[in-house]
Amino acid sequence: MSFVLDNTGTIPVPGVVPVPHSRPPMLRNNALMDALFRNTTRFFAFVVFSLLAAILVSLVVGGWPSIAKFGGTFLFNPEWDPVQEEFGALVPIVGTLATSAIALAIAIPVSFGIALFLTELSPVWLRRPLGTAIEMLAAIPSIIYGMWGLFVFAPAFQTYVQPALQNTVGQLPIFSTLFSGPPMGIGMLTAGIILSVMVIPFITAVMRDVFELVPPLLKESAYGLGSTTWEVVWRVVLPFTKVGVIGGVMLGLGRALGETMAVTFVIGNAHNLSRSLFAPGNSIASALANEFNEAVGEVYTAALIELGLILFVITTVVLACSKLLLMQLARREGVKS
Amino acid sequence: MNPVYVRRRRVNALMMSLAVAALAFGLFWLLWILGVLLWEGAGALRLSLFTQMTPPPGGDGGLANAIVGSILMAGAGTLIGTPVGILAGTYLAEYGRRGWLAPATRFINDVLLSAPSIVIGLFVYAVYVSRVGHFSGWAGALALAIIVVPVVVRTTDDMLKLVPNSLREAAAALGCPSWKMITMVSYRAARAGIVTGVLLAVARIAGETAPLLFTALNNQFWSTDMNRPLANLPVVIFQFAMSPYDDWHRLAWGGAALITLLVLAINVAARALFSRKH
Repeated sequence: MSFVLDNTGTIPVPGVVPVPHSRPPMLRNNALMDALFRNTTRFFAFVVFSLLAAILVSLVVGGWPSIAKFGGTFLFNPEWDPVQEEFGALVPIVGTLATSAIALAIAIPVSFGIALFLTELSPVWLRRPLGTAIEMLAAIPSIIYGMWGLFVFAPAFQTYVQPALQNTVGQLPIFSTLFSGPPMGIGMLTAGIILSVMVIPFITAVMRDVFELVPPLLKESAYGLGSTTWEVVWRVVLPFTKVGVIGGVMLGLGRALGETMAVTFVIGNAHNLSRSLFAPGNSIASALANEFNEAVGEVYTAALIELGLILFVITTVVLACSKLLLMQLARREGVKS
Repeated sequence: MNPVYVRRRRVNALMMSLAVAALAFGLFWLLWILGVLLWEGAGALRLSLFTQMTPPPGGDGGLANAIVGSILMAGAGTLIGTPVGILAGTYLAEYGRRGWLAPATRFINDVLLSAPSIVIGLFVYAVYVSRVGHFSGWAGALALAIIVVPVVVRTTDDMLKLVPNSLREAAAALGCPSWKMITMVSYRAARAGIVTGVLLAVARIAGETAPLLFTALNNQFWSTDMNRPLANLPVVIFQFAMSPYDDWHRLAWGGAALITLLVLAINVAARALFSRKH
């Protein structure tokens, strides 16, 4: 006699005549509910899964008149002439890359310093409040950065920092071109600096997380051999977390590339290509924010949508790389522990 | 003393001071921005801000229609995005151990989490606004919902994964079917974390401007009709700040202070809620 559950959910007990019955109504619904719940959640997971492809397809369709008309030359053409309907993406692409590069050049060392402070130097009771304060930089909406940048930061930058830069590093060979032209406050450099403040919390958060993955044993061994804090961080922590740190930097880059409102306020929105970082410029996102609603004609709108497509493809690739790098670190961590 | 040792100590001291300087650099911006907002916002946060409509150029007024429009759109966006996000997150955490869908969705969701919000606006423009032929509050709500979804998916997934498996096994041992186990046990155990995720999503969309530019546009007048262009705080701030009028600038600062205080308050509340439970 085996006490195996039969499919009616009762255990046949010897000596008791099984009452012929169907499943109790409460149980009968369960299989149905299970299938329903499981498939509903799976459906919505699939919706999220297909969202990325849906965005790509809709942008390709929306931008098709421009893609068909200009083809590959769109990427390298510096012209942007709505009257002649002659469009090229070179200026916004260069502006996007240049402002993001400035942002990273400032944000990487600063984020590293903050993460180092929060993981190695800070007293334990200060870690949480200071960490939260840095995270708050990410919570402030982008439009606030833009407004503050336009009304407060740009004038101060124009009066105090830009002339000082021109008189000091601006005398050196390469910097004399980069920092040439009248100080206007707004421009590529201003946009880059504000972007750097906006991405610092993201890069810092990833660096902090990966620094904490370092096994204490490794660090303590180094300390035990007489290393200074800096040597432990530079020779032990950083090599161990290299992949994750690069992943964090890529995440910051992805954020900086697509940032719209803050850049729109301070970049100057001039459609020109200049060697000087003081000159006003344009980024893909700011061109979209400024021109999309005023765009008349099929080709103009399509060209702007194609700009959006280019931005989306670049950020998706950067963010996917970031995610892959962080997953690699997590997997290695999983194997070791 | 050993010169090598002295040099190592000096390098260490230098680097540690640079780390402190980096932290000071980060806090400096936060304090500067918040200080300016409080200073400029204090002059603008008056009762008329909440009772009067947005004025014509150069006039005095308030932001009542924009505040209501923002609440309507953020509310609708959250109501659409939250169930989608929670259900998708549930699949990832509870059913996603096998198969390709869960890891692939998790990956794509993380990309969407940082995707440029202006592209989301373009997407909604392409699939909705250009089809129906006019800007509307619903389009804005849809764009905001698409921003809410990845945030909620991520937190739901993370929080459900924190629920100990022994709770699920105990429920299963009592004969609980899996749908009931998830809704009655997993959700309850992860409730604080999931609510935190929704709060963070609301904070994220409260100040979003870029996706509303091509979807909800703006409306100078009082309107609660979600099927027409709808006034909203971020776009009004953008428009007013870019204008040459002082009165408009003052109103823009008022709106900016209002949004920032709200967003920071939600963030602090979400953290408090989360840390009390964990």
